[in-house]
Amino acid sequence: MRVDLAALVSAWPFLMTGLWFTLQITVVGVAGGIIFGSLLAVARLSRNRLLSGFATAYVNLMRSIPLILVIFWVFFLVPWAIGWFTNHGRPVAVGASLTIFVTFVLFEAAYYAEIVRAGFRSISAGQYSACEALGLSKFHSYIYILFPQAIRNVLPILLTQTIILFQDTSLVYVISATDLLGAATKIAQRDGRLVEMYLTVGAIYFIICYAASQLVKQLQGRLSYGAR
Amino acid sequence: MIEIRNVSKFYGAFQVLKNCNSSIARGEVVVICGPSGSGKSTFIKTMNGLETIDSGEIVVGNFRLAPGVTNLATLRRTVGMVFQNFELFPHLTVLSNVTIAQTKVLRRGKAEAEEKARSLLARVGLSAHLTKHPAQLSGGQQQRVAIARALALDPEVMLFDEPTSALDPEMVNEVLDVMTSLAKQGMTMVCVTHEMGFARGVANRVFFMDSGEIVETANAAAFFDHPKSERAKAFLAKILKH
Amino acid sequence: MSLLFEATPDGAGRYLDWIISGLAWTLCLALGAWTIALVVGTLVGVIRTFPDGILPRIGRVYVETFRNIPLLVQMFFWYFVLPELLPARIGMAIKQMDPPWGSFVPALICLGLFTAARIAEQVRAGLQALPKGQAQAANALGFDASGMYRLILLPQAFRIILPTLTNEFMTIFKNTSVALTIGLVELTATAREINENTFRTFEAFGVVTIIYLLIALIAWQVMHRIEQAARLPGIASGKA
Repeated sequence: MRVDLAALVSAWPFLMTGLWFTLQITVVGVAGGIIFGSLLAVARLSRNRLLSGFATAYVNLMRSIPLILVIFWVFFLVPWAIGWFTNHGRPVAVGASLTIFVTFVLFEAAYYAEIVRAGFRSISAGQYSACEALGLSKFHSYIYILFPQAIRNVLPILLTQTIILFQDTSLVYVISATDLLGAATKIAQRDGRLVEMYLTVGAIYFIICYAASQLVKQLQGRLSYGAR
Repeated sequence: MIEIRNVSKFYGAFQVLKNCNSSIARGEVVVICGPSGSGKSTFIKTMNGLETIDSGEIVVGNFRLAPGVTNLATLRRTVGMVFQNFELFPHLTVLSNVTIAQTKVLRRGKAEAEEKARSLLARVGLSAHLTKHPAQLSGGQQQRVAIARALALDPEVMLFDEPTSALDPEMVNEVLDVMTSLAKQGMTMVCVTHEMGFARGVANRVFFMDSGEIVETANAAAFFDHPKSERAKAFLAKILKH
Repeated sequence: MSLLFEATPDGAGRYLDWIISGLAWTLCLALGAWTIALVVGTLVGVIRTFPDGILPRIGRVYVETFRNIPLLVQMFFWYFVLPELLPARIGMAIKQMDPPWGSFVPALICLGLFTAARIAEQVRAGLQALPKGQAQAANALGFDASGMYRLILLPQAFRIILPTLTNEFMTIFKNTSVALTIGLVELTATAREINENTFRTFEAFGVVTIIYLLIALIAWQVMHRIEQAARLPGIASGKA
């Protein structure tokens, strides 16, 4: 087999466009996932049975099914859902990007919710009582006192989940989106250069994820040192 | 039975054992004492190869241990060991703890191993607990199982590394009683311990260690009544106050 | 759910048959890959705890490689890239395997080795959580390395990691869906095919979603039973 470096060089800009989209999905997934996930976590801890029941069911459902299946669900259902509200029930064409952003927020939120919930449980019960004793409202207690502590306690797990999310973005391949892997696939098929393209994107994913996981490991060391 | 010649050991630049020499006869009971950090635990663990040595040699029976000697199977059969934290295997029953090395290391038959285990456990007073797991026993009971486990391989020498220091005070004696009766039956024993009553009553000789050196060796009565070195005097003054 | 009992366009059966076939491939792939993952993962986890030599480093390279590349990219590696890198005759033989084996075998190897890296990390963590004295006690009793790991250390380490292993076991069923990208018609691919044939999206994906939920429930039950059976008297769960 002959490796064609020139093909790689000419493909590089397109690969970077794909990587840019991969990063966009990651950022949206992380930001939206943590916000929605935190709401789910708070809902699960709520005394309102209906609220906590819904949150629990949602999290367990999402964690039981494959991400690819969720991508398909959203891909087929979002056009209907939007059409239902705006277009007298007829489906509306929706771009792949929107489908993907919605999917990742909905899906990753379930995973972040469990992590944030573990964070809340790691806070001593005294903190909750202290908030009440100070007369802080529920909302203020969570925003200023509880949430920051919860996040700090689970920061390494949160970041590790984010690396997993970054890897999961490659699954948007199933609806032919042009993320890093999608870009590589399109060039690979056009030029018949599967080997070079897939080895290259494998290396790019590896470098990013390995570097990130080493950073998390360092942070973990520093956090546990600070706790001593 | 045990010859220790010019044994030294380093942790990096730090010398934990400094040119140790001694000899222990068959049937002798030796107590090693000294302040914490004096290297006595490391010293006793060199005698069955759990700690490697950097120079010198140790001869146990027919086995010669020197730096770089790696096949320790014979040595491990000759020497039994009891640990400070018992180190029973928590996933096995009391009976299995005592049979597993017999069947898997010595390849004894199951029936023979169990019979041996039952008689040893009876000897340490634990016949009623054969099917329990270690976590269901008190510390003193666990340590007695650990002694039975080591004896099951018919060792010629028994090493005890602070066997009572992890125990609640009221359980110390039940373990010391087992050790005393073992000594009376003629077992060669090396014990790192702070139990001075045991040392005085049972040991033939006491080795006093400090800073990785064997500072003094004397018969037990002489050591307690007339310690020769200043360091031994200071150590005895300190522990006898308690 | 009437959809399930309607005839498929090829006239060979009902959509229910498609679902059953998809489910069977999902289960075969998950359980086969789990077996590979347990064996390889335990071996790699064990060698990572060796004190020195080349083996712990090989173990580390294995874990970092398989953990830091997306599963889908690894799927493509086994399916598209490897046959090209092998000698032409072997490469051709792989490419000409009859369907669905041509997809199933690479997917099995891929998912097995991918999950093995994750299990290896758990096994290593479990082994390192044991008191140092356990290995010393095993040594003092004359166990060789193999006996020490098999009889003394691993049974304890596995008890410690059972809860995380449960999570991993549930994950492997979900990860089988990635095999649809190399042409294995497992459960998710079946839903997509039914949808393409009938445009009855809700029913097609709904049935499959419920099946995944049931799989998760059963997988959890199985592991829960194992956890109960492995629990030691006198010790709270989750500890050795």
